[in-house]
Amino acid sequence: MDVAIGGIGLLAPGLSGWRESRAVLAGDRPYQSTAVPSPEASVLPPNERRRSSDSVRWAVQVAQEAIEQSGLDPRDVPTVFASSGGEMSVFDQLCRALATEERRVSPTLFHQSVHNTAAGYWGIATTGQQSSTALSCYDDSFAAGLVEAVAMVREEQRPVLLVTYDLAVPAPLDEARPITEGFAAAFVLAPPARDSTVILRLRLEQAPAGGSACLPECLADEALERLRLNNPAARSLPLLCAVAAAVPRTVELAWLENQRLQLIIEPCRC
Amino acid sequence: MPPSIDPMTPLVLSAYTLVTANGRGTGAVLDAILARRSGLKPCDFEDVTLKTYIGRVAGLEDFSLDHDLRPFDCRNNRLAWLGLQQDGFTVAVAEAKQRYGAHRIAVVMGTSTSGILETEHAYRARDPRTGALPAWYVSRYRYTHNMFSVGHFVRTCLGLEGPAMVVSTACSSSAKVFATAARLMRAGLCDAAVVGGADSLCHTTLYGFSALQLLSSDPCRPCDEDRDGLSLGEAAGYALLERVERAGGRGAVALLGYGESTDGYHMSHPHPEGAGAVRAIRDSLARAGIRPEAVEYVNLHGTATRANDEVEDKAVYSVFGARPACSSTKGWTGHTLGAAGVTEAIISALCLTKGLIPGTLNCRRVDPALQCRVVRDHQFGALSCVVSNIFGFGGNNCSLVLGKL
Repeated sequence: MDVAIGGIGLLAPGLSGWRESRAVLAGDRPYQSTAVPSPEASVLPPNERRRSSDSVRWAVQVAQEAIEQSGLDPRDVPTVFASSGGEMSVFDQLCRALATEERRVSPTLFHQSVHNTAAGYWGIATTGQQSSTALSCYDDSFAAGLVEAVAMVREEQRPVLLVTYDLAVPAPLDEARPITEGFAAAFVLAPPARDSTVILRLRLEQAPAGGSACLPECLADEALERLRLNNPAARSLPLLCAVAAAVPRTVELAWLENQRLQLIIEPCRC
Repeated sequence: MPPSIDPMTPLVLSAYTLVTANGRGTGAVLDAILARRSGLKPCDFEDVTLKTYIGRVAGLEDFSLDHDLRPFDCRNNRLAWLGLQQDGFTVAVAEAKQRYGAHRIAVVMGTSTSGILETEHAYRARDPRTGALPAWYVSRYRYTHNMFSVGHFVRTCLGLEGPAMVVSTACSSSAKVFATAARLMRAGLCDAAVVGGADSLCHTTLYGFSALQLLSSDPCRPCDEDRDGLSLGEAAGYALLERVERAGGRGAVALLGYGESTDGYHMSHPHPEGAGAVRAIRDSLARAGIRPEAVEYVNLHGTATRANDEVEDKAVYSVFGARPACSSTKGWTGHTLGAAGVTEAIISALCLTKGLIPGTLNCRRVDPALQCRVVRDHQFGALSCVVSNIFGFGGNNCSLVLGKL
């Protein structure tokens, strides 16, 4: 299955924006992890931005960046939001409230607890009415989201926005899910066209029995590799690095223990 | 202009099963519908003191998941497990495994709250000095509360090795799994798919819907002029989807179409004109390649909140007029949230098989403001095409078209 990549958004420690991060991801500049200021996510109406969680703002920020690059009207673009844990900080607040005698739950907090919260806020901000899928596959949520998005592009022959995000998990939940750095990335995927700049070919294969110790997806930069392993959304880094390098490359993504996604990245020079 | 939609090739529901508060298995669920026996009872869930009715599945407190499944043990996965044991479903999947191979069968599950009840319990058991969560919880978060838990669990139980994911879009979750599975099959990524949903009672939804003032203090009364809110329920349901050429006999129930949309309006209020809902319904008909006149029965989302039933009525009327019979089956099951999609898809399948248009339980007088033809009493007769609507938080909508081949 072939799709074109028509826009990318990125937000992570030391990777603030796709264009700003290309040289680092291509290996031309050293990677330095720096704290991420709360993203602007300017497409959100002020009221919604005030109410929204960090994960909503991170997801919306990268979605906005990718869509702006693509030049598409967001109202025409269905979305897929892939996240392992979704609104972990909202769960923390809800479960704290539910552990008290009064069990007083804020209605706003409750409707922000759904896995499709970020997708919902994106829809409200853009007034889009296209299909939107929010999904999870634990550590392989990006792989699952990529497959859902590519299958949708193939089925409907039109662009789809894929957003993957997971934020640092607050205490005490971090003991159960030790994600220490936030990561969000977005891709506008579209049917290949004459003016496409990057083509992504997706192949699903059975993983060899027993698995291999070091998959070729491992990143050369140690700090980036730590980030990749720490956050499920950062499993998108090998794809981001390949696109940034602008050379043909094949990377593999694990999908559960017995499936493997092969991503063949081909920059076009037309 | 939205792009035109090509009709899809129908996918057969070659096996299906359902557990709700009405009972275990499709036979028990259908018997309760025919006898107009509701599964809703005054709330007796754990130590919850809210004055409301719930559709609780009896017996989930009386067993645990053991051996290899022990890490998965939580209310949501127990419910998912109970669902798998009914109607010979595991046998049907085992046979499909022989036909296609374990790696060629996908698992696409839907849930809204997964095993959050475990996290709620763990927060009550925090170390008073350090605030740390108990060890029994920490090591099992992945297998219980994480959103993928029920997908992982079902894949493990059935020994399947194909693509898998959990769709979580609030109430529309386990309706959208049919759409995702259809895409995976069309793309050649699998030959068959186990789709389903499991969503169980928890404090988050009980107190959350209470905070939104959307819970009725009586059993919910969909489409009634005096309806005053929903009743929460829990359910697990599954369908095995296969291509017509491998599993389609005359009279088999099939997924004919699906339509997905969002409102782009508000997180918890539906679009006032039901614009997103209309889009989902129209897309489902386009994908089924049928005109609205072909639909004989609409299984409404019908939650019994003032706003949902009113807006859904506008949407359904604008597509179908007052011709097809409409009803909500939530008076039997309660609103099973992330499992509502598969619950009502399976009920629709049962209706197709039995030639039953179910009435609307607890609806004493149909709200005269509603324009659709809402039926209160059961009707019997040949039935060939049903639309099932599900609309959820975040303005996430999905309509399914089910029919007989």
